[in-house]
Amino acid sequence: MANAPHQTVMRSGLGKARGLGSAKTGTAHWWAERATSIALVPLTLWFILAMFRLVSAPRFAVMAWAGNPLNATLLLALVIITFHHMALGLQVVIEDYVHAEKTRLASLLAMKGLTALLAIAAIVAVLKLALAA
Amino acid sequence: MTDVREAQFVGRTTDGRTVRRPLSPHLQIYKPQITSALSIFHRVTGCALSAGTLLLVWWLVAAATSDHAFASVSAVVHTWVGHLVLFGWTAALWYHFCAGIRHLVWDAGYGFELPQVHASGRLVLIATAVLTVLTWFVGLVIV
Repeated sequence: MANAPHQTVMRSGLGKARGLGSAKTGTAHWWAERATSIALVPLTLWFILAMFRLVSAPRFAVMAWAGNPLNATLLLALVIITFHHMALGLQVVIEDYVHAEKTRLASLLAMKGLTALLAIAAIVAVLKLALAA
Repeated sequence: MTDVREAQFVGRTTDGRTVRRPLSPHLQIYKPQITSALSIFHRVTGCALSAGTLLLVWWLVAAATSDHAFASVSAVVHTWVGHLVLFGWTAALWYHFCAGIRHLVWDAGYGFELPQVHASGRLVLIATAVLTVLTWFVGLVIV
């Protein structure tokens, strides 16, 4: 009897969920993770090819590269889609490992806020480089 | 009980006592297999790459800020620690890239037979190693 759990909820989780419809945004989340991953395949390859030249390049060369509208467009796409994909992935990791309701909510909000700030910082930087030329 | 889902783990014995049903054993109980190891590694590299985006943002913001800021990024990147971080970054990126494509193939409904799963897993590991070495060969020797 020592190990017997105290039962405060009479209805099972299934009983509570039945009749409420789908799991709301689960499908949208799953799709967004896939759609962003497909977009990141060509964008990542383009970025790595560009970085061969840029990793040791002086600042004016990076500015000239990012000042090209085509490069700026792809760079913005890469940044926006990367951070979207990252937020979706980290959300699942947090939901899997953080079980306490309040800590989970706080972690999710902190992660989403931090990811959004990083994305905005990168977008502002790319726009500044793109519009400076 | 703090979580309603735990209600599903409550069972009754034949004499009517409530008992907590056994949960599946935790990670370290299982024998390591290529399937589970690669799955976990996909998540680990995803988290590592998330941290790695800090470097990308730092580089972009520095390039948009000043010569001085850009010089400090270059100074850090071109130390041996910086190169080690970049090497880890490329390896994690190529792994997540290849394993991600493997996931997309599964999502399309292909490759679920166990021999195929093992073969695609080995292919991902080989492709990661080849692409990482190739990236650094091209980056250091050719360009």
